[in-house]
Amino acid sequence: MLELHDITAGYDRRNPVFTRAALSVAPGESVGLLGPSGCGKSTLARVAALLHRPDAGRVSLDGTEVRAWRHRAPRALRTTVGVVFQQPRMSADPRLRLRDLIVEPLRAAGRRTGIPARLAELAPAVGLTDDLLARRPHEVSDGQLQRACLARALVLRPRLLVCDEMTGMLDASTTAALVTAVEAYRAETGASLLAVGHDRLLLERWCDRTVDWSDCLTPAGGGSPTS
Amino acid sequence: MNTRVLRALEAVTAERAEGAVLSVRGLTVRFRMRGGRQVAAVTDADFDLAAGECLALVGESGCGKSVLASALLGLLPGNAETSGTAVLDGVDLLTADERTLARTVRGRRVGLVPQSPAAHLTPVRTVRSQLEETVRELTGVARRERRAAAEAAAERAAFPAGHLDRHPHELSGGLAQRAATALALIGDAPLLLADEPTTGLDRDLVERTVDELRRHVDEGRALLLITHDLAAAERVADRVAVMYAGRIVETSAAHRFFGEPGPRHPYARGLLNALPDRAFAPIPGMPPELTDLPPGCAFAPRCARATEACATLPEPLAGVACHHPESPRA
Ligand code: SF4
Repeated sequence: MLELHDITAGYDRRNPVFTRAALSVAPGESVGLLGPSGCGKSTLARVAALLHRPDAGRVSLDGTEVRAWRHRAPRALRTTVGVVFQQPRMSADPRLRLRDLIVEPLRAAGRRTGIPARLAELAPAVGLTDDLLARRPHEVSDGQLQRACLARALVLRPRLLVCDEMTGMLDASTTAALVTAVEAYRAETGASLLAVGHDRLLLERWCDRTVDWSDCLTPAGGGSPTS
Repeated sequence: MNTRVLRALEAVTAERAEGAVLSVRGLTVRFRMRGGRQVAAVTDADFDLAAGECLALVGESGCGKSVLASALLGLLPGNAETSGTAVLDGVDLLTADERTLARTVRGRRVGLVPQSPAAHLTPVRTVRSQLEETVRELTGVARRERRAAAEAAAERAAFPAGHLDRHPHELSGGLAQRAATALALIGDAPLLLADEPTTGLDRDLVERTVDELRRHVDEGRALLLITHDLAAAERVADRVAVMYAGRIVETSAAHRFFGEPGPRHPYARGLLNALPDRAFAPIPGMPPELTDLPPGCAFAPRCARATEACATLPEPLAGVACHHPESPRA
């Protein structure tokens, strides 16, 4: 489903955040990527979600090699991946009501007719009521906003979901509720999951397998760790 | 529970109130909103905290625990109305004026360990200069001894002397947390208030941070730890208070809460069961709106044990506010 080969990435070519990282996620598989904060795992997650162009390396998604990132990526490829970040307040447009936030990718894709039906499926799946759907981000809690961000990530039915510290700032019950919603979606669609985080207990309970960040990196002078 | 046991429990409570560093009774906070709406952020909170004791106040975001902390520090916004009392060292924190709070409470009677140390430290000044400044503000230490006092404070918080001349951005998350803790310790306040001190930290850093806080408790300070991280609470707390929809619904000894017999309030039980090393099962539904609380138990719509009785407010009894608490197994 997702193949990341020999990826080098960062925000300054002369000083990359990491070099030669590798990771793969099989179709239908859930993989937890574990590492301390600041190690670069979030950057790798952004590469996988087509949001960050790597300096070097190969990425393939669903058998297609990725050649362009961000808005340059072909729409069909972009909609293959859904992504949820740690800080819902930084990723949600403060002006939009939750309902519009969730369906905005459908609008952008020109699929307006499907909006009411998709919303009717997703809102209960993530536990949002009509009252909450009518509010703007500052009128809801972090947990409620993150529920909306998850619904938004699922709205185009991605075949891969990338969750970067999705529950990092949430309480135990909201965490379990979001994980339950992700797993219900995966059971229904067979989608794959890449969950990135630092909580070993959580990711080991949640995912089919976990990978330590240090094991994603090629030892100096060695071959690719997955080869 | 029979009356003899209840009486014994009350005696313990009374004894606790006497030796308390902080004694909170009926603490209530309301926010007035536009359109005449009112947010019932905290309602009727009662608890005592003794020297050498850590009380963890736990609950999900929006349950009122951070508002309660702000009320104790006199840091509520202008549209807040408080009632009740929160007595610390003879001063009622809820009625004290800003001058009293600024001069005699914050830093001196209550040391605040902040949620995000990086934001709490001044970015353009070194850790040493911030420590010395705080020494100057809070203590009578003579100018030439300030340097030594700042170094001593750093040492108490296990902040390495070799890093004192660094700026906050040059510190790791763990060291920034220790620098902030060192600042909180300078005034030698009898009460430390830590508001989500471990948010965003990796697990081993969480453990180190709470272990360090525990050390200050063992040296005789009282610690009020506000957190949504139950694992951190289990590691450090003597007692746990669980908040739901603005009320403390259960107060219990930590070892009974996390071990046997476990929590007795259905919400507290659900919260613990949601942990990934337990059932990993969410509590169905979401907390109610604080602008529109039901007259009875606020947990009723989510509670599997609810009956008609729950339409009236459950009074706290032996630390649990519930009409049908789980019976103790042990
Ligand atoms: S009072 Fe009733 S509704 Fe509330 S927690 Fe207890 S059993 Fe459940």
